[in-house]
Amino acid sequence: MDFLNAIVALTNFVMIPAVAYGSQLALGALGVTLIYSILRFSNFAHGDTMAFGTMITILVTWDFQSRGIGFGPLPTALLALPLGIVATMALMLITDRTVYRFYRAQKAKPVVFVMVSLGVMFMMNGLVRLIIGTEDQRFTDGERFIIKARVFKEMTGLREGLAIKTTQGITVVTAIVVVALLFWFLNKTRTGKSMRAYSDNEDLALLSGINPERVVMYTWLIVATLATIAGVLYGLDKSFKPFTYFQLLLPIFAAAIVGGLGSPQGAIAGGFIIAFSEVTITYAWKKVLGYLMPENMGPDGLVQLLSTDYKFAVSFAILIIVLLFKPTGLFKGKSV
Amino acid sequence: MTDTIKHSLMFAAVALLFLLEGLTDWSFFSGSWNSSLVILNMGLISAIMALGVNLQWGFAGLFNVGVMGFTALGGLAVVLTATPPTPGAWSAGGPGIIMAMVMGALTVVAAVAATRFLPRGGLRALLILLILAVGFVIYRALFDPSVEAIEAINPALEGNIGGLGWPVILSWPVGGLLAAGAAWLIGKTALGLRSDYLAIATLGIAEIIIAVLKNEDWLSRGVKNVVGLPRPVPFEVDLQNDPAYVEWFAGFGLDPVLGSTLYVKLGYTLLFTLVLLVLLWMSQMALKSPWGRMMRAIRDNEVAARAMGKNVTKRHLQIFVLGSAICGIAGAMMTTLDGQLTLGTYNPLRFTFLIWVMVIVGGSGNNFGAVLGGFLIWFLWIKVEPMSLELITLLTSGLGEDSGLRAHLMENAAHMRLLTMGLILLLVLRFSPRGLIPEK
Repeated sequence: MDFLNAIVALTNFVMIPAVAYGSQLALGALGVTLIYSILRFSNFAHGDTMAFGTMITILVTWDFQSRGIGFGPLPTALLALPLGIVATMALMLITDRTVYRFYRAQKAKPVVFVMVSLGVMFMMNGLVRLIIGTEDQRFTDGERFIIKARVFKEMTGLREGLAIKTTQGITVVTAIVVVALLFWFLNKTRTGKSMRAYSDNEDLALLSGINPERVVMYTWLIVATLATIAGVLYGLDKSFKPFTYFQLLLPIFAAAIVGGLGSPQGAIAGGFIIAFSEVTITYAWKKVLGYLMPENMGPDGLVQLLSTDYKFAVSFAILIIVLLFKPTGLFKGKSV
Repeated sequence: MTDTIKHSLMFAAVALLFLLEGLTDWSFFSGSWNSSLVILNMGLISAIMALGVNLQWGFAGLFNVGVMGFTALGGLAVVLTATPPTPGAWSAGGPGIIMAMVMGALTVVAAVAATRFLPRGGLRALLILLILAVGFVIYRALFDPSVEAIEAINPALEGNIGGLGWPVILSWPVGGLLAAGAAWLIGKTALGLRSDYLAIATLGIAEIIIAVLKNEDWLSRGVKNVVGLPRPVPFEVDLQNDPAYVEWFAGFGLDPVLGSTLYVKLGYTLLFTLVLLVLLWMSQMALKSPWGRMMRAIRDNEVAARAMGKNVTKRHLQIFVLGSAICGIAGAMMTTLDGQLTLGTYNPLRFTFLIWVMVIVGGSGNNFGAVLGGFLIWFLWIKVEPMSLELITLLTSGLGEDSGLRAHLMENAAHMRLLTMGLILLLVLRFSPRGLIPEK
């Protein structure tokens, strides 16, 4: 019984939050990795792209709510999501036209692109703050839980409860659907294949008649979609705050690099590795160990390896370790 | 028009901005010398930070976006050198913490040694994991009680290890040393990484430094802030109570309050200018020296430089440490100017990326450019808010006083800062990629 309790506690406090967080990171890292493989630079504006998409979704959600449009037990934000994606796509295409295309034509060095993306980051960050302000926004509505802790306890008779939030369920389901669609697109469709060809060998792709501007355009469209979905899922699960989204850049980059920049499979694996290590290292293990160890040997302290404020430190420690031992990431990434 | 005249005119134009800020309250200028000096003092510090970044990026092409971390370490140096020691803190937890640090270092050394000298394989991995796990447990066992003991001492005011009680000016070089030490450690591990990876690694390391300082209350009081740091200049109140000074101020036609505040700010300005001039002179000398030429050769073609027998890795490490030390000095100066260490306010947009905007706008690779960029961008950073308020008033004048859009824009005008900085950066990168004062 104690063993079951320990497993339930572990699932409730570590596994479920980590899986949800990992899915969000994986979607974010996929966007970073796609830009890296097609446009060949690290996009520092990615966190703010997520913030922009989420902001539009929130604004549309508020509008829907004021008109009384709902989505039953699911959050209204899911209805607003397509509009957020379209707006972000438009922003990405405008940014590409006005900013990045000039440097592509010049064949500028990757580091110049990174600088430029810093400028874009500043502008998007300012734009989001200008429109929605810096405050914390919660926009989740609908049913809060799929399984409530109390109901679970009554059902199983265990001492530990297991709660699954609706947002966590939605996150995982959406992430699976989006990733499946993305891989289908990259592997089966003509455009997806041309994107992969362009990523593998730009010159050969150009020779075989692939239009680079078209490839770039599709990349931005996909990145806008991934970023908005990742941002909205994160916002639904936790809350939306422009500065938090800017900071999400760190674990997302860590995930993309740990997996190997330029490798979509790597981005997903990296997302979960980062999420699981952040959660397990900053989790207080007292409860789980208390169930597993004999009665009188339970731990006195919280058995927390590091305080929760160190979660960024954890992702970067992993990043550095992976870079030192496997410089191209776990799944062979590419380098510029 | 020669370049020298053109560049002098640019400096004169920026100087004019600061003069106008003091002289007139037309448009976005405030007409207060106090405000002008406040911006100037922070501008001097920004110029020094820009010099440090320019050393790394302009000379050597190292993409360091961890400036914030080194700045914060400089701030820590002020707390550790200039504040009076906390009574009883050293005897309560000092030895324990030192032991824990030694233990931690030994663990890392043992793990590294195991990696180096043992044959590859599962056994080695297991052994390394074991070393790390045992080391961590011993470290925490030594560390936690000492920390608790220190934090228990008068937690409302102190609860940290305190400092050495040295004069605060000394904390500036100490800040440089602290940042240099950290930079050496970071450089040893991260400088081998390629372009983008180095950027992301330094960005993360800066976050880690901030996280450590925020959480290790025994060291820096964390987010509880250290206030009332000693100052290198007299307090305004003391000057106002000193008849000699009051008379002296009256000689300039200033009342005691205005006179004393200006006197104190000018004191800081003088000190900071001195530091800036020394560092600028050193950077110029370095740039012109064979060492500086070698650095630029490495930056422009690493492979060729290596073929000429230059030790690229060592040179990179050297300049990374030097540039970071300058950022540390500037960080210590900033904390001294603020009179407090508020770790909650450290934010990469303001402390890392803004410095980068300064260097790029001013002209990377040119020390004078970096300094000019430091002054100009800092002035704009402060003044964009009043400027955009004027602009919004102008643009929405047709909407009427009670328009919701106007009210919203007025309320959020402060965020125009980031938007403007991004726009400036993009415009400079596009139309004048070498900056205002380009590298020769």
